[in-house]
Amino acid sequence: MAVLTEEQTLLRDAARTWTQEQSPVTRFRALRDSGAPLRFDPAVYAEMAAMGWTGVIIPEEYGGSGFGYLGMGLILEQTGRTLTASPLLASALAAASAVMLGGTGAQKQSRLAPIASGQSIATLAIDEGAHHRPNHVALSAVHNGAGYRLTGAKTFVLEGMAANLLVVSARTSGAVGETAGISLFLVDSDARGVTRTALKLADSRGAANIAFDNVEVGADGLLGPEGQGWDVLEKTLDRARAGLAAEMLGAASQAFETTLDYLKTRVQFGQVIGAFQGLQHRAAKMFTDLELARSCVEAALEAIDSDADNTPDLVSLAKAKVGDTLHLVTNEMVQMHGGIGMTDAHDAGLYLKRARAAEATFGGGAYHRDRYARMQGY
Amino acid sequence: MADAGGNDLDAFAVETRTWLAENYPPALRAMGARTDPEAPWGGRSFVGSDDPQIVWMRRLAAKGWTAPTWPSAYGGGGLTSQQARVLDREISAGGYRTPLLSFGLWMLGPVLLEYATEAQKREHLAKIVGGEIRWCQGYSEPGAGSDLASLQTKCEDKGDHWLINGQKIWTSYANKADWCFCLVRTDTSKKHEGISFILIDMASPGVETRPIQLISGDSPFCETFFTDVKVPKDNLVGRVGGGWEIAKRLLQYERQNISGGFGSGGGAGGSAGDLGQIAKDYIGVDASGALADSDLRGRITQNKMDFQAFYLTLSRVASEARSNAGAGPSAATSIIKYAAATLAQQRAELMVEALGHQGLGWEGEGFDATEKTITRGWLRSKGNSIEGGTSEININVVAKRVLGLPDPRVG
Repeated sequence: MAVLTEEQTLLRDAARTWTQEQSPVTRFRALRDSGAPLRFDPAVYAEMAAMGWTGVIIPEEYGGSGFGYLGMGLILEQTGRTLTASPLLASALAAASAVMLGGTGAQKQSRLAPIASGQSIATLAIDEGAHHRPNHVALSAVHNGAGYRLTGAKTFVLEGMAANLLVVSARTSGAVGETAGISLFLVDSDARGVTRTALKLADSRGAANIAFDNVEVGADGLLGPEGQGWDVLEKTLDRARAGLAAEMLGAASQAFETTLDYLKTRVQFGQVIGAFQGLQHRAAKMFTDLELARSCVEAALEAIDSDADNTPDLVSLAKAKVGDTLHLVTNEMVQMHGGIGMTDAHDAGLYLKRARAAEATFGGGAYHRDRYARMQGY
Repeated sequence: MADAGGNDLDAFAVETRTWLAENYPPALRAMGARTDPEAPWGGRSFVGSDDPQIVWMRRLAAKGWTAPTWPSAYGGGGLTSQQARVLDREISAGGYRTPLLSFGLWMLGPVLLEYATEAQKREHLAKIVGGEIRWCQGYSEPGAGSDLASLQTKCEDKGDHWLINGQKIWTSYANKADWCFCLVRTDTSKKHEGISFILIDMASPGVETRPIQLISGDSPFCETFFTDVKVPKDNLVGRVGGGWEIAKRLLQYERQNISGGFGSGGGAGGSAGDLGQIAKDYIGVDASGALADSDLRGRITQNKMDFQAFYLTLSRVASEARSNAGAGPSAATSIIKYAAATLAQQRAELMVEALGHQGLGWEGEGFDATEKTITRGWLRSKGNSIEGGTSEININVVAKRVLGLPDPRVG
């Protein structure tokens, strides 16, 4: 665990207590079984807002506490442990970061406070296919009087059905694949021409595909300079990736601990199966990976807070490392539990499904290894 | 980080910087200054030497700064751990050479401070600080590797002395060491409780050493034979039969120390240089500037990222240790050696693969010195998961001590 300030320690402990007592995995399971369309419980999100979690990264002048990304990561790690479903990552971290990084004073003023209070749910609408490739933007934005008209489609938008505000990447010039010519827009999800289709994913979390058909956006909807949205987008995505990595670290830690408990209680051949070296060594390797992953995630969050130059490297490192670790641990969770791990009644499947969805979101291991190598110049 | 006494530390840093600059021998300043390669290890053969490395070591040792945190009563620097870190930082920031490499400093000294009698401390500690005695470690035996406690080297009580008979193996630099700290069997009826920790002068009659040739060529490892070696009664540390506890304690210090040298071309194998750049030099790049062999590029990247994760973990462990002094080592400490060995071996394999046949030169023409170092380093790195406790033993320890998994029931 990173060396925390007293305030950070309090925040983490409060998040741990709340998630363990108020939002255990059984609550996520009940939510899944209920088929609730938003895929999270608005009352739960309201509780999070009441505890101040939705304003953790937002500056005080815009209604938040300016507590930083490490602080947000500490919360997300705890929500990850219990698979707590909420728009905290999509709205209070990812979309809020985009507005903080690219917004004018007026945009921050109008958009951030409602996000911080939990009344507004915002999200990033970035990807246009099955894979995260943020430079592959085909959705077009053409001038329309003083404003713009957006046409195209976005895929796998987190909390896309719940969101009232979309941060959309669009192409104002250049060809698909180029980073120049990308612009960011703030689009209200109830604007004419926006069509949302709910996705039912294996992890039972909220996501949507969103079509834009000549959606009119005013000049005040442009976020950052026209055609130069890439820098803000990359910085925003790095913050979202680091936050997601923290959630994944929590999920991996819990999946491991649950499995370790099982190794200490399941008896076969007259002894607990955790006495067998074949399983002990695999457990020790998982523990090793978890410790390495934790170092990467904490370093990435701290780098964001201190605006360090190597933040992108550390974020790609963290996302790839924690993704590989979560992948391994969730597979082992099923295998080491044996038959019971294959049943829907057991939590192993919930962690496995969430793991793969989180791995694919904002770039998987292959994406971030390639990005890391390019940043290192080979 | 808020440091108690920050101002005092700043003053100490300034004072240290000045002292180091004034006392560094000018002969060492020249780039590539040639000194005896054995000099950093000190020992009897360098007593009276005017080698500049020895001069440098003596000047620091006079202030106790070769062992900065040891008590000044035994020749140490008597510094706080914060001051010692400042000293470390100033030495490396100034580009000064490490004054003394020593198993005495890294391994023996800390356990002597904990377990030795006052007379033993007075006899040995100051000579370690001063680099006057070079120590080697007599632990492994041909029949006692991972199962170290099955060691058989016999130590008999002959009234006025101990009599030692047996063989040690993997004794690093035994042929160059002055003294050996050694595990011996004082009781054959008990396994762990029959082991004692004893100090042996390598100049004693009956001690013989033989260097071991490895798959990578010459090595510092030796076989060490003890035939009717007489050792004074006062040389046994701790109580008779109490050596296993000391042995384990010392291994903790050893494992902390050993991992730092893996993979980067030190004595423990591997080779220096940026793996990504070296691969580019030997393989070339595609139109986008990426390494032309995409499969190798992926594996190199994985290794580089894992190394960065490892270094981030080292610094996390260090900062956690600083903030929870007294709470014992954090759980992450236990994985360090295992992770280091795994990554170092992967890196060495990738180096050879990146160089193709140029990475398999053994000696002679057709290969430059770096290439031959890469070949030898790759072979030497195979020992990383064996020396200082095999990786299997390391992860057994993680499973049992950290994760709390039980021993299997036999039968």
